[in-house]
Amino acid sequence: MILSPEHNQIREVARAFASSEIAPNVREWEAQGGAPKALYQAMAKVGLLGMTIDPKYGGSGLDFVSYALAMEEIAAVDGGISNMMSANNSPVAIGIATHGTDKQKDRFLPRLCAGEWLGSFHLTEPHTGSDASSITTRAVKDGNEYVLNGHKAFITAGSTSDIAMIVAVTGPQADSPEISVFVTPTDNPGYQVINTERKLGHRTNDLCQVRFDSMRVPATDLLGDEGRGLSIALGGLSLGRIATAAQAVGGARQALQLSKDYASQRETFGKPIIGHQSVAFTLAEMATEVEAARHMYLHAASLHDAGKDSATAASMAKLFASEMAERVASKAIQVHGGAGFLEDHLVEKIYRDVRVYQIYEGTSEVQKIVISRNLDSLEL
Amino acid sequence: MKVVVCVKQIPDPALPGELDPSTNYLKRDDKLILDESDSYGVEMALQLVEGAGGGEVSLVSMAPNNEVSGLRTALAMGAEDAILVSDNALAGSDALGTARVLAAAISRLSPDLVLAGVESSDGYTGTVPEMIAGVLDIPSITFAKQIEIDGNTVKVQRQTEAGYDDVECQTPALVSVTAGVVEPRYPSFKGIMAAKKKPVEELDLSALGLDESSVGQSGARQETVRVTEAEERQAGEVIEDEGDAHEKIVEFLGELKIV
Repeated sequence: MILSPEHNQIREVARAFASSEIAPNVREWEAQGGAPKALYQAMAKVGLLGMTIDPKYGGSGLDFVSYALAMEEIAAVDGGISNMMSANNSPVAIGIATHGTDKQKDRFLPRLCAGEWLGSFHLTEPHTGSDASSITTRAVKDGNEYVLNGHKAFITAGSTSDIAMIVAVTGPQADSPEISVFVTPTDNPGYQVINTERKLGHRTNDLCQVRFDSMRVPATDLLGDEGRGLSIALGGLSLGRIATAAQAVGGARQALQLSKDYASQRETFGKPIIGHQSVAFTLAEMATEVEAARHMYLHAASLHDAGKDSATAASMAKLFASEMAERVASKAIQVHGGAGFLEDHLVEKIYRDVRVYQIYEGTSEVQKIVISRNLDSLEL
Repeated sequence: MKVVVCVKQIPDPALPGELDPSTNYLKRDDKLILDESDSYGVEMALQLVEGAGGGEVSLVSMAPNNEVSGLRTALAMGAEDAILVSDNALAGSDALGTARVLAAAISRLSPDLVLAGVESSDGYTGTVPEMIAGVLDIPSITFAKQIEIDGNTVKVQRQTEAGYDDVECQTPALVSVTAGVVEPRYPSFKGIMAAKKKPVEELDLSALGLDESSVGQSGARQETVRVTEAEERQAGEVIEDEGDAHEKIVEFLGELKIV
C-alpha cells in the first residue's frame, strides 16, 4: 500500500511524539505501574485520542489507516501505552460515535478526545473471553435505572479510566441471551476494582478485575438498543484486531531496528556480527516478516475505510502479526546474545510486551475459528 | 500583525548525507524536511500571533524540485500560507543569492516582523538572516531568546554568553531566533489535514523579477573548492581521581563554557 503524504506525516508526528515524550520515561512508568494522565492529555493534543472521531466532537476525523499507523508508532516505544490508546479510541470512542445518542456523544466524546476522560472496555469475565454471548454480568431494569451485578476480568485501565463501556445480559439467559452495552462513569459506588494484576508485559498500564455490586446506572447510559449489544461488542473487537496487529508490528519493528543497530556495532571474529551471514540472514527474515504483517494490517484498515467487510482480513492480520512479533522479538534477543536477556536492553521489554498480542482481542485460536468459518468467502 | 518566517527545507539529518562530487554541494534530490532550527522561528511566530490575539504567520522558502514537505510541517503547526521559490537557476546559490531570493519573496508580503533561525542545520553559514535584512533595508536583531511586540516596536532579549541584552528597534524588522528558546509544538493531526488545503504559492525567478546573474551558481561569490574528510575523533582524556577529579571536570566544562 502506498501511503499518502498525510499518512506519512501522521506517522512521522506519532513517531516523534513517542520518541520524545514516551521513550525517555518508559522504565520509570513501568516501575510505577502506569503513566501520568498528563501523558494522555498530551497525546490528545496531538490527536492520538479520538483519531477517527468527527472533529465537531473534538476528534481528528481521520481514517482507520491513519489510526493504525499511529498505533504502530506508539507501540514501537511502549505496548502498554498503545493499549491504553487502543481502548480509548476503539472500542470506547468509536462505539459511542457509532451507536450513541446525540446526548451521549456530546457528553462523552469531547472529553475522551481531549484526554480529560479515559475509557475502559468491560467484556471479558473470569470464565468468558471472546465468547461474548456467555457472559454472566446482569443488568436488571429498575424504574429509570439498571442495576448491574457481575465480575469482569482483564480490564485495561480498570482502575484509571473515567468511563466504562460495560457488556451485560439484560434479557433471559438462555441459549441466545439478550446482551446490552452501557457507557457510564466509573465514579459509582457500585463500581469496585477488586484487584490490579501483576503481569509479564504492558507494565505501563493497569489491568484489573472489577466487580459491579448492585451498581445503579441511569437508563440513559444504555448504548444502542436494549438487547442489541452483542453486535456492538463484537464490532469493537473486529476493529480492535486491526489495532492489535499494528501494535504487534510496532513492537517487532523496534526489535528489528535495535537488532540491526546492535549487529552493526557488536564485533566477533574481527568484524561486526552483521557481517556474518547467519546474523544478516536472521535480520533479513525479521524484516520480511515485519513488512508482511504491516501490509496485512494496512490492507484490513483500508478495507474498513472503504466500507467493506474487514473482519476476516482483521483476524488474519492479527493472527499473523501477533505470532510474528513473538518470533521476531525472540530472534532479536538471539542477535543480542546474553545482552538481550538483560533489562538493560529494550529487546527484553519488547519480548515481554508482544506476547499478549496473541491473546487479547481474541486469541490466535479464536482468529483461526473466524478465518476458517469464512474460508468460502475468500478469493483463493 | 503579520509575521513572516524563513523556512529552510533540508535533507533529513538522520539519513547519511551525500555530496555532489561535481559541485561539492549537498545532494537535495530526495524528500526534504523542515530544518529543526527553523521550527523555533515558526513556534515563536505562532506564539506572538496567539499572544496578540490575532494576526497571521506566513512562510517563505527556497527549495529545489518544488519541494513542499517541510513547508507542510510548518503549515500543520499553524502557519497560514507559504511562498515557495523553486527554479533550476537557483542551484548553487550562496548565502547572498539565497538572501536576495528570500527578500524578494518577503517583500511581496509586507510583514511587520520577519523571523529566521540563527543558522541552518546543513549549511551553517549563519549569515542569511542578516543579509535578508540588508537587502530589505530593515533593522536586524540576532540571537533572540524572547520577543515582544509593543505597537511599532519590537523588544528582544538578545542572548549573550553572559546572559542577555535588552534590544529594541522599530518594525518592520528581522529577528533571528536562537534554537531551543521555545518548545516547538507537534503538528496536530487536525493541523496536518488542514495544511493540505492551505495555499502554497510557487514562484520562479521571473515571477520575483530577479535576474539569473544575481543568484544561483552564476551569481555566487563563494565556491567550495575542496572537501576533506574529517579527522577521526581522538580518544578522550582519562582523569584518574586523586581526590580532585571533580575540580578537573568542572575546569573542563568551564573551558567549553558549559558551566
